[in-house]
Amino acid sequence: MGRTTVGRTAEQTAEQAVTYRQALHDTLRAEMLRDEDVLLLGEEIGVFEGSYKITAGLLDEFGPRRVRDTPICEEGFVGAAIGAAMLGLRPVVEIMTINFSLLAIDQIVNHAAKMRAMFGGQVSVPMVIRTPGGGGQQLAATHSQNLEVFYAHVPGLKVVAPSTPADAKGLLASAVRDDDPVLFLENLALYNTKGVVPGGDHIVRIGTAAVAKEGSDLTLVAYSRAAVIAHDVARRLEDEGVSAEVIDLRSLRPLDRATVCASARKTGRAIVLEDDWLSYGIGAEIAATIAEGAFDYLDAPVRRVAAAEVPLPYAKPLELAALPDAAALTRVIREVLEATRFVPRRVPSSQG
Amino acid sequence: MVANTPGPASSPEPGPAHGARSDVGAVRPPGASEDAEVLRGYYRQMALIRAFELRSAEMYARAKIGGYCHLNLGEEATVVGLMAALRPSDYLFAGYRVHGYALARGAEPGRVMAELFGRVTGMSGGRGGSMHLFDAGLRLLGGYGIVGGQLPPATGAALAIAYRGAPGPDSEAVMCLLGDGTTNIGAFHEALNLAAVWRLPIVYAIVNNQLGMGTPVEAASGEPELFRRGCSYRIPGERVDGNDVLAVRDAALALMESAREEHRPGLLEAVSYRIRGHSVVDPARYRSAEETQRVRDLDPLPAFRARLIEGGVLDQETAARIDDETERTVTAAIEFADTSPPPPVDTLFDGVYATPVPNVFTGLPGDPPPDGQTTVTTLGES
Amino acid sequence: MPEIFMPRLSDTMEEGTISRWLKREGDQIRRGDVLAEIETDKAVMELEAYEEGPLTRILVPEGGAVPIGAPVAVVGTGAGTETGTSTGTSTGAGAEAGAEPGQPARPPATPEPATPEPTAPEQAAPAQPSEPVSPIRLPSSPLSRRLASRHGIDITTLTGSGPGGRVIRADVEEAIARRDERPATTRTARTARPEAASPAEPTPRASRAEEKTPERAETVREGEEREIEKAEKAGDVEEVPLTAVRRITARRLIQSVQQAPHFYLTTMVDAEPLLAFRAEVNTRLGERGPRVTVTDLIVKACAIELREHPEVNASWADTRILRHRRVHIGIAVALDDGLIVPVVHDADVRTLTEIAREAHALADKARAGRLTLDELGGGTFTVSNLGPFGIDHFTAVINPPQAAILAVGAAQPQPVVRDGELAVGTMMALTLSIDHRVLDGATGAAFLTGLKELLQQPLRMVV
Repeated sequence: MGRTTVGRTAEQTAEQAVTYRQALHDTLRAEMLRDEDVLLLGEEIGVFEGSYKITAGLLDEFGPRRVRDTPICEEGFVGAAIGAAMLGLRPVVEIMTINFSLLAIDQIVNHAAKMRAMFGGQVSVPMVIRTPGGGGQQLAATHSQNLEVFYAHVPGLKVVAPSTPADAKGLLASAVRDDDPVLFLENLALYNTKGVVPGGDHIVRIGTAAVAKEGSDLTLVAYSRAAVIAHDVARRLEDEGVSAEVIDLRSLRPLDRATVCASARKTGRAIVLEDDWLSYGIGAEIAATIAEGAFDYLDAPVRRVAAAEVPLPYAKPLELAALPDAAALTRVIREVLEATRFVPRRVPSSQG
Repeated sequence: MVANTPGPASSPEPGPAHGARSDVGAVRPPGASEDAEVLRGYYRQMALIRAFELRSAEMYARAKIGGYCHLNLGEEATVVGLMAALRPSDYLFAGYRVHGYALARGAEPGRVMAELFGRVTGMSGGRGGSMHLFDAGLRLLGGYGIVGGQLPPATGAALAIAYRGAPGPDSEAVMCLLGDGTTNIGAFHEALNLAAVWRLPIVYAIVNNQLGMGTPVEAASGEPELFRRGCSYRIPGERVDGNDVLAVRDAALALMESAREEHRPGLLEAVSYRIRGHSVVDPARYRSAEETQRVRDLDPLPAFRARLIEGGVLDQETAARIDDETERTVTAAIEFADTSPPPPVDTLFDGVYATPVPNVFTGLPGDPPPDGQTTVTTLGES
Repeated sequence: MPEIFMPRLSDTMEEGTISRWLKREGDQIRRGDVLAEIETDKAVMELEAYEEGPLTRILVPEGGAVPIGAPVAVVGTGAGTETGTSTGTSTGAGAEAGAEPGQPARPPATPEPATPEPTAPEQAAPAQPSEPVSPIRLPSSPLSRRLASRHGIDITTLTGSGPGGRVIRADVEEAIARRDERPATTRTARTARPEAASPAEPTPRASRAEEKTPERAETVREGEEREIEKAEKAGDVEEVPLTAVRRITARRLIQSVQQAPHFYLTTMVDAEPLLAFRAEVNTRLGERGPRVTVTDLIVKACAIELREHPEVNASWADTRILRHRRVHIGIAVALDDGLIVPVVHDADVRTLTEIAREAHALADKARAGRLTLDELGGGTFTVSNLGPFGIDHFTAVINPPQAAILAVGAAQPQPVVRDGELAVGTMMALTLSIDHRVLDGATGAAFLTGLKELLQQPLRMVV
């Protein structure tokens, strides 16, 4: 982990490049300033400033009433946030990593997700659960998971997974203002990535995917860290005369199927990159979605590039081998292009 | 923050019925100061619950009620006593055995029965059923079917109260009901601990009917005197005779008061007996004939009625009239439920989300998800 | 359990049709047995067994066509010839039945008690029900199917270039492109037909209004299809299923016409010396030799001239031109259901009688569908003689990838000018079709002129 100190809020007015971490911090702060009902709950978010320093400085600024350190009790404090939300507060809960969300899954799945519908629409649960997922930090099997699919499966929840600082800002603001429980997925590997963030009040609608890069030859679908990889690979392929379109899902529930299918219909080739295990994953959902919505336009089967199906090992070479990367994605892209006899367009010779 | 500050009471005081099982079941005579109309009101509520639950069992047998159906039979004194301790501004979270609480909290019997029937006029619009009664207006924030599920949200509701206002006589407070079995679940510990370290206005009321489904409390709990479990959090605990409506009410009032005025959580254990099985489908064979008879003998309803008559608060005629009225009320409730329509299928997706966002899939089984080309007719949206 | 695959039986073969099964399900098969006759693009070949055991299942019925490598039958039960390890699954039922009651089923891994239980094959057999075989479907991508359907292309006529022979978009687009290159006259004539001429209900394709690209070709195609539909409705047509030869011939000829820019050179040959020479040769040979035909003479002449003009003995190979060092001349033979071109190899070094003998044998075999792979492959030039069918003059379609084909018309009396006088001569039209990518007019003309001179002085052929 880089130890960038967050705490001073970046200037909010103008567009500028900030880290994903800074974007989250600034948005939390802005939302707390905007709405007195917004409060933060989580382990070590106050005095310790958060395991990943997203909440740095907020305790000093807002005090312990609004920045509330919790005991180590995910079920308890997530459930407490639900109850507070039922009474109209807008708690933003930090679960240190998504792995620990399993301790709270009853509260998230059986309660937060159900209450509004089960109680006949009489109550809503306007809360956000922020939590980072992902592997690659040598945290071993129990601390390197991508469990978002557990939550994306459940109606009543909204699940978002921004890959850029701009989307982190826009989606977090949307999530805080949304009256439904939103699982806001962060990623350990993204906290230090930088990107231009629109100034002022920037909102990204939950439930909309982004065409991160337009292209005509094949569709890459990804989210979170994988979307960044997909984007990089797509940019490199451009030099080889391959025009890849990158769909950053951003929202896993609701899923913007229309955007995915439209892209697949356009290109006839689709590959999903995901950090999660292959079986029953988001990639499976995307592949099924494309089969349902773009079948007649496919020139090759949808391919999935996903993590090896093992508890992620600690040792670096094993961890690297298990996680999907740009090389794996590139290899599969080439396979799909070959299988469809893709002819690269002429590339203007890169001079200078 | 108060995280490490010990509570004012360094150790919980034993309640009046502490440890003395033989005391439990004795009905105290109504205090001289009690208002006769209030007492008759308690009786009316207890009688209503009794009639309602008996007819619920019948309606279940007639297949008007589906799913699970847990009755408050034998717990009427506890139910009415606890509810009598709440103000309209207080919040109530309950478990899945919740019909009686809804009635005692003031819910229309017809709306309760309609929910059991799965009708649109039900408390939760027919979407929750027996275990999930909810009424925002009555601040009954749910029956909860998952054992212990209500504990963290109830604690969070108390957090919201504390977040918004200072302790004081006008503060709101939360009562969180739970069964004896629930004290063994992890959420019980986490919730009580949070309530203690955050000093939240909440009373956890254990309705100890002495059986977690078929398991006796002693077999399930290392500390069977459940109110003592508050010790771990320096939460004052008290045990009370659940068959004594006034004792329950008074104990609850006291704890609610310290919740209100000091934002200090409390733990109340009301010991009663479940007259029937765990749910309507449970014949309760795990109880011996002798025990069943003993439970019947301790039935709080005839006992309270006898006391009121004995104390001159109620005469036979009035009691009979109240019983008739409650019967008629329940019959009317059944009729209301039976003549109410079920929720229309085109409202299937109502309430799933509060804030509309794009791309929510609202297809029925077999419908293709939207692909941007085909228009899916969305249920519940015009 | 071994599967029998459609073998590759010729260089250009892409699929084969089972014309006849010679074994039935249940027959014992020995290595080397002929299981079936397979019709390829060029000939009927034998399907030889490389496996032993009972023929448990026929996967492709007679008349069924599958690509190279597709399974056509299953031989054996796995019980007899295979190793102990794999017997587990297929004889599991038998092993279990034989197990002692109460004894846990032993894993069949132990090779020692591999007692070939006599009941095993019978028991295993019903596990493979000989249910009706579903038609083999060539793999094709959804996009290619959709494109093909939109453009009226029969996808079964395409050869897939994707993985496992999958037809992909590129294959269909190429097919569309080839079709669109057809002479414009047909197209415009058809397009001129008013759209509303056929009041028939809109076809599903026509109703897909949102599809853009209603290219001219598509309109033409739809017009054609409407006519076909009309004729079919009227009961005016009889459907003739395509044989493999017909289908492959069609495909290759389309490929030729669409890809090879043809041009044509025609010359008239005085056939009298040739016919006289032929008569003399045949008289001299008498009973001893073959009856030399005009075609044989022309083949011989072509062989000699190709030696003289090696640039004509060439092929187009996309990125380059291949000039062949040997001269192999194909002779077009008409069959009832298509055209076949057996090849006289090294025609330039063979004598006339050798050529004649070989050509006749090949023609006989062609008609019997017995040509071998060798006899069909490797041609560098083709001769097509429709003289015996009474045709004066015609142009032939090049047999790709060859550079040229010679079309020979009938030798017949015609007015000629000889020594300034009008006379009656016997003339024969020779038309050379040339792939302009390989050859230009002058080169073709030099070859054709040389050929003409040779045919008019036939003695030169043998001296």
